Formats: sequence, structure tokens, C-alpha cells
Amino acid sequence: MKVVYFAWVRERIGMAEEIVDPPPAVRTVADLIGWLSGRGEQYAYAFENARVIRAAIDHAHVKPDTAIAGAREIAFFPPMTGG
Amino acid sequence: MTVPVTIRLQQADFDTAQEIAALSAGRTDIGAVVTFSGICRGGAGGDAISALTLEHYPGMAEAEIGRHAEEALARWPLTGLTIIHRYGRIEPGQNIVLVVTASSHREAAFQAAEFLMDYLKTRAPFWKQEEGASGTSWVDAASHDDAAAARWTKS
Repeated sequence: MKVVYFAWVRERIGMAEEIVDPPPAVRTVADLIGWLSGRGEQYAYAFENARVIRAAIDHAHVKPDTAIAGAREIAFFPPMTGG
Repeated sequence: MTVPVTIRLQQADFDTAQEIAALSAGRTDIGAVVTFSGICRGGAGGDAISALTLEHYPGMAEAEIGRHAEEALARWPLTGLTIIHRYGRIEPGQNIVLVVTASSHREAAFQAAEFLMDYLKTRAPFWKQEEGASGTSWVDAASHDDAAAARWTKS
């Protein structure tokens, strides 16, 4: 699946998007954050305060306990500051 | 009749008067037009900024604003709606966002515009980065914006 990052999450990880293939045990958005955090220091830094991280699946907001099965694109970003 | 809805994300500036005219031209059913313009503040003293850069999530931004527009149309008897949100580098004094709501009477137009702005601030995937004397920094989300958006949630 494709994972995309925005704002300071993107800056900390050092890339805007990537293709990942998490193991089957990674079932929810929160699981994916945990799995990504184990991939390197830059990920651990980006997700160090997982409580503030927002997520979207296929362009719609989702909660941490949402299942990721079937997702085409998962996005992680900080709280939004538009308007 | 289908209510005319215009949603645009663009780098270019917009002309508020032109957007109102486009929404109301040739119509006699509109009794009230409310506009909200969000403008880049320059700040003062240590908080002075030279520019904002707005990052957005293409695809989701359009989808999310579209969902909010649908909800506004379902909740209030609107006769027209225009939402324009800019992205890219914006300097103090320049426009960031425009919401235009039209209705037969003012109450719906006022309320829908306020609802849409509260949701744009907290749910539309945009992020502001400030350029100041000491470099660039991401703007923190304000808790009062979350509180403003929460008051529209039906209990």
C-alpha cells in the first residue's frame, strides 16, 4: 500500500510517500504507526507523539482503531491548520 | 433546482467581488450573501512573519471540502455556495480562503459560512508554515478552533 506524509511528519521522515508491505499482524492505523516507528530513527521521531498524529485512508479521516485492510493510500499528518 | 456549488483550490489570488457576482448574476431568489475572507496576518514584534506557505493534500482537500459543502447544504436552505482555498506561498495582507454563502434569508447564510470555516480550520488537510526572522516553523493547531468546530456536532 501507498503511504503519504505531510507537513512536519513528511519533514521528519524525510520523504513525501512510499510503498510499504506490512506483515498481516499490522491490522489497524495504530498498528501501522507502531510498525513504521520501528523502521528507523526518523520514523520514531515523526511518530514519537502518536496521540497528535492524524490519519486518512483513501482521502477520508480515520481513527487509530480503523482497519487498514483494502486501503489504497494511507496518509499521516499533524493536526490541520488551514482556513 | 440544483444549488450551484463552486469549490476551488488554487495558488492564484481570487477576487471576492467577482465571486459574489458570479454566484448571484441573473438570479432573483437570493436575499442574502455572506462572505468570509481569511487573510494572512503579518504578526508583530517577535511574532512578525514575512510569509506563510500552505501545504495541502491534493485529492483529499477537494474531497473533504466537498463533504463539508454537502453537509452545509443539508443543514441550511442555501441557494449558492463558493469555497476557494489557496495554497503555496502567501504574504501578509494577501487572501488565503474565501467562503461565500447565499440564501433567501440572512440567518442560514451566516450560520453556514461560520460552520464551513470552523470545519475548514480543523478538518481540511492544509498546514501552514510561517517564515519569520528566525527561520521557518509549522503553525500549531489551536484548541479554540477544535472547540469552535465541536459546537456544530449534534448531540
